[in-house]
Amino acid sequence: MFEELFPNVVMDDMWTATYETLYMTIISVIGTFIIGLFLGLVLYLTDQGNLWSNRWINGITAIVVNVFRAIPFIILILLLFPFTDFLMGTIRGPKAALPALIIGSAPFYARLVEIALKEVDKGVIEAAKSMGAKTKTIIFKVLLPESKPALVSGLTVTAIALIGYTAMAGVIGAGGLGDLAYMKGFQRRDNDVVFACTVFIVVIVFIFQFIGDFASKKMDKR
Amino acid sequence: MISIKHLSKQYRMKDQIVHAVNDVSLEIKKGEIFGVIGYSGAGKSTFVRLINRLEEPTSGDVYVDRHHFTKLGKNELREKRQKIGMIFQHFNLLWSRTVYENIAFPLEIAGIKKKDQQEKVNELIELVGLKGRENSYPSQLSGGQKQRVGIARALANDPEVLLCDEATSALDPETTDDILELLVSINKKLNLTIILITHEMHVIQKICHRVAVMEQGEIVEVGDVLEVFINPKEKTTKRFVKQLSPLEHDPNRLKEFLTDDENKEVIKLHFVGGTARRSLISEVAKKFDVYANILQGSISQTQEGSYGTLFVELDGNRSEIEEAIQYVRESGVEVEVVEHV
Repeated sequence: MFEELFPNVVMDDMWTATYETLYMTIISVIGTFIIGLFLGLVLYLTDQGNLWSNRWINGITAIVVNVFRAIPFIILILLLFPFTDFLMGTIRGPKAALPALIIGSAPFYARLVEIALKEVDKGVIEAAKSMGAKTKTIIFKVLLPESKPALVSGLTVTAIALIGYTAMAGVIGAGGLGDLAYMKGFQRRDNDVVFACTVFIVVIVFIFQFIGDFASKKMDKR
Repeated sequence: MISIKHLSKQYRMKDQIVHAVNDVSLEIKKGEIFGVIGYSGAGKSTFVRLINRLEEPTSGDVYVDRHHFTKLGKNELREKRQKIGMIFQHFNLLWSRTVYENIAFPLEIAGIKKKDQQEKVNELIELVGLKGRENSYPSQLSGGQKQRVGIARALANDPEVLLCDEATSALDPETTDDILELLVSINKKLNLTIILITHEMHVIQKICHRVAVMEQGEIVEVGDVLEVFINPKEKTTKRFVKQLSPLEHDPNRLKEFLTDDENKEVIKLHFVGGTARRSLISEVAKKFDVYANILQGSISQTQEGSYGTLFVELDGNRSEIEEAIQYVRESGVEVEVVEHV
């Protein structure tokens, strides 16, 4: 039955590709989380009237974030080839896709982090100040915990966009399900391979969405 | 205890300067509940934030317990702020923390070890009457309970001063009374100085010892609550006092009783302290040949004693009326003959 419907699908290839996709996604989600959180905090804290209000740092960070968000991902990969080569020593394979994935999605996540932090009640920050809290305490004990559900659901959105990016990166040889669908499926006109890869990717997306929603809901005590 | 000298705060708007607080000087005694009343926009919220420098004053000085607050450096200020508790209109609790964790938060800030926090937090939970709710999240509490958490949190580092910024304005009347009672009991138990900002006169009347009336950034009247109630001088103050007994200061509502008939007279009686409990009207009706028609009356309890007003129409012979008024005056009750407008 399976052989008849998917004559060209080799399960070993499928699992390898799935592993590569998951590898790229998970590592880049972690990288995106760290860099995006940092950039988002800088954007928020240096904004007018906030704790580290600084027009210059805010302006420069905003420009960097906007520029990298404006570059289409497929072009960003090409632009980053020299950088990737320098950093990873190769421009092929899942590892080589990581810099572009992280640089491409961290600014996006940074904006989501900024929005999440803006949602934190100013009164609560004021209350913490009135208790004599240091800025460090306000960041780690007020801002981040109070915006946790939004940070997590933002990360879910970013992770799903990243799964899409890994497929794009696949087209230029990063490996993963996108690579498989394009090289072995599309190029050879084996549509069953394209279809099987699509199903796998959709399932991965659903799993990420489910975990993200669950975690976010669990954290939300509002 | 708290000494405020020529305190001002100006905001620079586009092309004008707004004086949110303008040259305010006050002395607040230790253990006192001091009320500041004003309409919204009067600058009272800014004023209270100038005390613990959540807002930086433009000029002037604040001394709290002999510390020159307006001269403190950043780190010193943070340390000293721990000794000034603050509660807010919208409670400002951390929703991600339980009741217990919210109350422990200021202790964490003060650098107290986790296991040493426990005793203090439990003691505070007991004090504000939230035993059994330690592990609830703020979203599971009613407004009154949330404010109790706010109060417990404000008291965690044994402050000497408690600042209340419209602490009861978001609560219903009954809950307001509970919270006010709690504040009074804390004030007595801990000899805590309380500064309370409100726009509701009955809050002042219920718990404050002294009151300052604020208008357009300035203090227009200060005094003991009872005194201000009986004898409000400024127009704004009169309007606030009117909140409590609407008929008072509103001659229109008495109009139909104010006639040219010389055998009828409307008088207003002020009862202060012990005299509020005498059966004066019956005495008058028995002793003199007049009918006493009670139009309106109210008694207010303040921290310094009770205070009542009574509007009475006396109906009878002119000379009898005058004698009756004389009698009332001699019995120590202040009388005011209400005239035509």
